[in-house]
Order: sequence, then structure tokens, then C-alpha cells
Amino acid sequence: MVNIKIDDKDYEVEDGLAIIQACEIAGVEVPRFCYHEKLSIAGNCRMCLVDVEDSRGLSPKPVASCAMQVSEGLKIFTKSERVKNAQEGALEFLLMNHPLDCPICDQGGECDLQDQSMAFGYGSSRFDGDKRAVESKDMGPFIKTEMTRCIHCTRCVRFSSEISGNDEIGSIGRGHDMEITTYLNQAVESELSGNVIDLCPVGALTSKPYAFSARPWELNKTETIDIMDAMGSNIRIDSKGLRVMRVLPRLNEDINEEWITDKTRFFWDGLNNQRIDKPYKRVDGILKPTSWKSALELAKEKISNSKSEKISALSGDLVDIESVYALKKLMKNIGSDNFDCRQDGSRISGPPERWLFNSTFNGVEDSDGCLIIGSDIRKEAPLLNSRLLRKSRDDEYKIGVIGFNNDLTFDFNFLGENPSIVEDILIGNNNFCNDLSSMKKPLMILGQGALIGKDAQNFQNICIELAYKFNFINNDWNGFNVLHSAASRAGAMSIGFFPSGKGMITEEIISNYNNKKLDLLYLLGADELNIERNDDCFVIYQGHHGDTGAQIADLVFPAAAFCEQNGLYMNTEGRVQESIRSTFPLGEAKENWEIIYLLAKEMSFDIGFSNLNELRDQLIEEFPIINPYREFETLPSPKKDEFNKLNGHQFKRIIDNYWQTNSITRASSNLSKRNNYIKEENNR
Amino acid sequence: MTVRRLADNQDIKFKFDNQDLKFLNSLLENYPKDKKQSAVVPSLFYAQRKAGGWLPEKAILAVSDFLDMPKIRVLEIATFYSMFNLQPSGDHFVQVCGTTPCWLRGAENIKKACKDYIGQEREVSKDGLCWIEVECLGACVNAPMIQINDDYYEDLDYESTVKILKDIKNKKNIIKGSQIGRKSSEPLERD
Repeated sequence: MVNIKIDDKDYEVEDGLAIIQACEIAGVEVPRFCYHEKLSIAGNCRMCLVDVEDSRGLSPKPVASCAMQVSEGLKIFTKSERVKNAQEGALEFLLMNHPLDCPICDQGGECDLQDQSMAFGYGSSRFDGDKRAVESKDMGPFIKTEMTRCIHCTRCVRFSSEISGNDEIGSIGRGHDMEITTYLNQAVESELSGNVIDLCPVGALTSKPYAFSARPWELNKTETIDIMDAMGSNIRIDSKGLRVMRVLPRLNEDINEEWITDKTRFFWDGLNNQRIDKPYKRVDGILKPTSWKSALELAKEKISNSKSEKISALSGDLVDIESVYALKKLMKNIGSDNFDCRQDGSRISGPPERWLFNSTFNGVEDSDGCLIIGSDIRKEAPLLNSRLLRKSRDDEYKIGVIGFNNDLTFDFNFLGENPSIVEDILIGNNNFCNDLSSMKKPLMILGQGALIGKDAQNFQNICIELAYKFNFINNDWNGFNVLHSAASRAGAMSIGFFPSGKGMITEEIISNYNNKKLDLLYLLGADELNIERNDDCFVIYQGHHGDTGAQIADLVFPAAAFCEQNGLYMNTEGRVQESIRSTFPLGEAKENWEIIYLLAKEMSFDIGFSNLNELRDQLIEEFPIINPYREFETLPSPKKDEFNKLNGHQFKRIIDNYWQTNSITRASSNLSKRNNYIKEENNR
Repeated sequence: MTVRRLADNQDIKFKFDNQDLKFLNSLLENYPKDKKQSAVVPSLFYAQRKAGGWLPEKAILAVSDFLDMPKIRVLEIATFYSMFNLQPSGDHFVQVCGTTPCWLRGAENIKKACKDYIGQEREVSKDGLCWIEVECLGACVNAPMIQINDDYYEDLDYESTVKILKDIKNKKNIIKGSQIGRKSSEPLERD
């Protein structure tokens, strides 16, 4: 700790901080453009100039506070006459070549340059020469560029090399002719590229899909969470009337830091397409609109006419914990144990520590090595991939990959495609063993793709054995991690929405469905099943998009999408967060839990709740792990179990197409445009 | 300086052969093993020489491939340094020094000679000549001067410049260095 003075007030701050960080802690505002907490320091905008005075006296000229560290006894002046002059000067130079097109600029209202010109600017310009004009660049379907506005802070360039790891954006030319561009106008390929829109302090990089559609001050801002992957990124949904206009990240150092994936940022137009807004029932092979009353009556009739052991339910990847819990209660009331939330066929089961990301995402920072098994981590959790990228900058940090040899943006040891390599490592017969045994806190990341198939439990036991053999699990470290890719999976697993003992798992339900041994199938937002319609089984689909689930259904209940209702989700770490309603359900659609409640009422079941609060109280009482207000704590280490030799276990790719993984993304034209870009360029 | 872009006409074959790679690998020995990218400027310069005095896109890609660097990083460097020509520069690339000492000693006349005899700046003439004005080439004592490919021609005036350019066109032998018979930078007797 060092003692410093900022504007004549005493502060004690940590050693090694930049002056600008110390000022931030002290609550003193220092204007900046190029400095960003999560990026390396560039020091090229000269906006953060301050005066410093140490034992040698006042500095001969103002110093860039982002590039200078605090030291004992340093006096910092942020508001002196000279500083004010310097900042005004820097701004005047920046504005010299910046167009005065704020009225037609999408950044207007949330523009750093606008704000800081107001707060620190000179007021008028003494410049009457010609302004520089720069050709706008093509950066793909997400990023709209207006490069004349660029002030060359190089935040986007640093982001592209440090966070997304693709090194796609750079600055060509020099001096007056410097331009920010991708390589010859190629589209940016990273899954995190949209973050440069937030990073850009001016309107040079703005969102293409959102272009000219709203002003920031007319939007309703809802702080909620993302469910496009299982990380549970914190987001803010901005809506206008009934429409979601855009999605922005929210700071959460434990999960997404400041970033979100492009899928999260741009899925929103999928909420306006292909929506189910009223109940439908199949008449003569065609889905026709009907009323809630007749839909519920039909469902009641079909359920009561079916044998309970021939009734099954599957829940999808986007549903909230409450509705899964309600469905579980409904199924128990019906008397059926055939329900499953693992629609991709994963065989995770047992206590939570066997299927959660035990080290937590912050644990990645403490780790000193990593073994990725059966996971294409860049597609399954791009932000986790970015954390690993940051770790991999350290040459000592070794990353081994078993399964898929894809471009992860960082270097790794590819150990092979075959799951049996895990057995080899266990008996010490692998080159990576030496690296592993030198690690004190390694991470093991098991993808869902590694846990599909009959031998999955056995494979997981082998992995746990491996975790104990090397330091993945020891007394003060638990690096045994299972990575999910479906937002609702961890939550549904934790309330036991999978058969234990009797009851059919997904695979059996589907084979029974295909063999016409099933009377009724209830799909709660389950769209990723790849099954054909079949006349012998009555399929009820509850969901918000007319996707594959609705196509095979005989009865469709219109439900709210995740941002149109409140709901709890558990992320892959086991962290429970609430998704908050930002807009209202479309048309006659109802909230998910309510539909199940109405159906239970129609069937005269005593389901035990009549509103969301009662449901939630009951849920939390039965499963305390779901309490969103509980202190987030790490779980015990998973227990060792017996295992046998692997018998034909295979890894399965669970995400083929990153941009279209659920019903919302498949309905989004933003994402399908991006998807086509990849096909055109055929780069990955 | 103007905005520098890759040439529109990229119709050129470019590939490092074994001999090139041998030379480039010898360049790498000058730098730490894990800092391959340090060799990017000499590699690009070598590629420019190989491609005939300019950098086609293929050369940039070849260098990025050789050094395992992202394409954009190599492009940044190729566009940053003005000694990398992004446009074809002809067989005889004339660089006219226009910085203060040369300018005081009549560099404007040399530029006029080039303009009259070769044509517009940066345009390759039919004879394969091309000229540009550059910053100081470090031969101020013998100002004004030009550089043609790798050689300096010094103590010039309008006539001697035109003569050099004519001799190049007619494939005659030209004396390198001073054009007034001076030995390197020996003192010049004033008349």
C-alpha cells in the first residue's frame, strides 16, 4: 500500500496501480478514451493527462495517468489549470478530424467523446481546415463502421488480440493516414466481435442490426441474464414498447466480466420472428389456431386417456427452473416417471458436484494448467475460452485437449480424438502426464459431448479417478469441471428432472416414440430432438417459437420467451440467477409455469401453488440449492466410483453450428446472416 | 504521405522457394527463438526484392505464413513503412531526395527532370522507370541526389539527371556516385 494525495486529499491505495485506477478508486473522474480496465495500456489518446508532484517537485509536463504508476508520497492534481489546458488541448486535437454528425450517429447519447467534450472540452473549435475523411470498412454483418469518426484509441485492436484472440483488427498506415481495419475488409470471425461496439468510445464501430432504430434514452433497460449458453452472462435488455431493441453486457467479474458473445448480443431479432402467439391444435394434419379453453380441454382428455407409464415429458435448453419444477410436479401427479431434461442424450446424473463447473470461472484465474476433454470450448462457452486464452499467454500454462482439434485461438497440446487416451493418462502412458504431474492446480473441463452414450457414467468415473490421481482434486482445490452448453440444464438437473431408478431417459423416450410405444409426449421447449412426426403419439409442445418441436406437435401452447417472464436459471457453475421480464408475452402467450398450472387445474390436480411466488417458495424449500439469494459456495469434491475399461465410448459434437443452437437463434435473421457469412468465406 | 493501399492489379506469381526459405531461416537466427515475428521487416524487404521492388498481397500472405503471424499484423507493417512499395515500381525505381539540404541545392529541378522524362510521380513508364520523392537518404553532403534501385547518384542538376535517365533507357553504362567527378564527399572547390 502507498499513501498518495489526489487533489489535496489523502488516500491509501494498492501498490502498482496506475494513477487513473487510483483516481477511480478515490472517485475522482479522469477522462479517458484509450484506457480500458480489461485491455493493455496504450497511452495514445492523451486525454487522461494529470499533473504529478513527487519529492523532485512538480512534473515538467502533465503525464498520462494510465501509463504511470502510483508511488509513495505522490501528489496528483487532476483539476489544476495546466491539466485543464492539456485536456482541452487533447480534445481539441481529437475533434479536429472528428465529424460533427452526432445527430445521425448511433452512438449519440452514449458517446464518450460527446460526454467528455461537454465536461472537459474547450467549447468551440479554432480549427477551420478540411477534416480528414476515411473510407468505411466492411467488418461483417454485426459491426457497422464509420471510420471518419475513429479517434484511433486502438481499443478494438487490443480487444481483438487480447480478448477474442483472433488478431483480426489492426491499424494500417500511419500518422494522419492511420486507419483501423480488418485484413482487406474481411468480416470479423470471432464469437466475441460485438464487444468492440461497446468498447468503441465514439461512433466508429456501431451495431449493424441496431442501426438507426432507437436512441439510448428512449429505451427501457432491464438488467437480466443471458441463456444463449450455460455461462449465465449478465446482460441488459433494452426494449422499446413490446420489442427488444438490443442486448448489452453488464459487468460481472465472476462470470462474463464485461463481455458477451455475439450470439447473446444479436439474438434479439429472433424474438420477433416465428413466434407462437396463440394455442394451436392439429386438425386434419394441419395446425389450426384454437382457444386456450379448448386446448386445455384437449390436453386433459389426451392425458387422462393415456396410460401413465406411456406419458413422457422432455424439457428444453431455454426453460426456467420454475416451469421445469411445475412440470415435474405435474408428471408426478399424472403418475409418470418418464421425464428428462438432457435432450442431447447426455448421461450426467448423481449429486451436483458430478455435473457442475466446480472450480468456478474465477478459478480459471488461479489454475496453472488445463485438460479439456470432449469439449469444443470455443463454441460451447466462448467467454470461458477467452479466459483460457488469457491464461495461455503464460508459457508455463499447459493446455491439453482430448477430443476435438479445433481452432481455440490459443496453442494447446492435442492429445488425440479417442476417449481411451484418458485411460492412458491414468496409467501414466502419455506424454502429457509429465506436464500434468507438475501442475498444482490444474483444471479438467469435461464437455457434454464426452458424456453421451451408454458408457458415459463409466467414463466420468475414470475422469474422476484421473482427477484424484493428478492434482485436479486435492484438499484445497477442486478443478473437476463439467461444462454445460444448455442454460436450463444445470437448473433442471438440480431439481431432479431426470429419471432416478425407474422411468425412461431421453434415449428410451425417443426410441419408444419412434416405435409407437408412446401415447403422449410433453415437450417443454424441447426443440433439439431431431424426431419425425408420428400419428400414434400425441405431442404437446409448450414453447415460444414455431421450431422443430412445434412442427411435430398435435397441440401447441404458446409460452413466453425467457425475457418475457421472470425465471430462475442455474449456470454451469451452479450459480442461480434470476432472469427478469423486459417485455410482455406475445399475443395470447402465457408464462411457462402458468400454462402448467392451468393444465394441472384443468386436470383437478393439487399442484400446490397458484402464483409464481408460491411456486418459488416451494421450490426453494424443497431444493435449497436453487435459492438465488443464498451465498454462492463451492461444492464438495465428487466421490470416486468404480469403473471398468471403456467399451467403444465416443465423443459427440454437441454444437455443429455455433450461430443456430436454439429456437430463438434459429429464428434470428441477424445470426443466420452471420452464419451465411461463414459459409461464404468457408474459413472455419 | 497519402493513404496506402495494396495495388489493384495483383497479377503476379509469388512463392518462397527453398532458396528463399533458407535465407529467411538464416534471418530468424538473429532473433530469439520464440520471437519469430521480429524478423518481419527484413522478411518483407526480402519479399519485396523477390517480387521485383514491390509487395503484392501474395508476398504479405507468404511472410505471415512463414512467421506464423496474423495477416493483419503483417499488413500493418507493410503499410506503415514507406520503403515498402505497395504498387509496382518498375525495373528502375528512382527515389528523389526532397528533404531540406537537397531541396536547397536544387532538388526541385531534379523532380522536374524526372517529371519531364519519366512522367507523373508513382507511375511506371513504358521504359520501366518510376520515380517518387522520398525523405532524406543521408547523402546531404553530395546534395542533390537520387537513388536508383540500390545505387546513389549524387551532385546532380537538371541535365545530369536527364542524362542518367536517358542512359538507363538506352542501357548504357552510368557512373555511380558523384556526377561531377568528385571522389565520395571530398571538399568541393567553389568557382
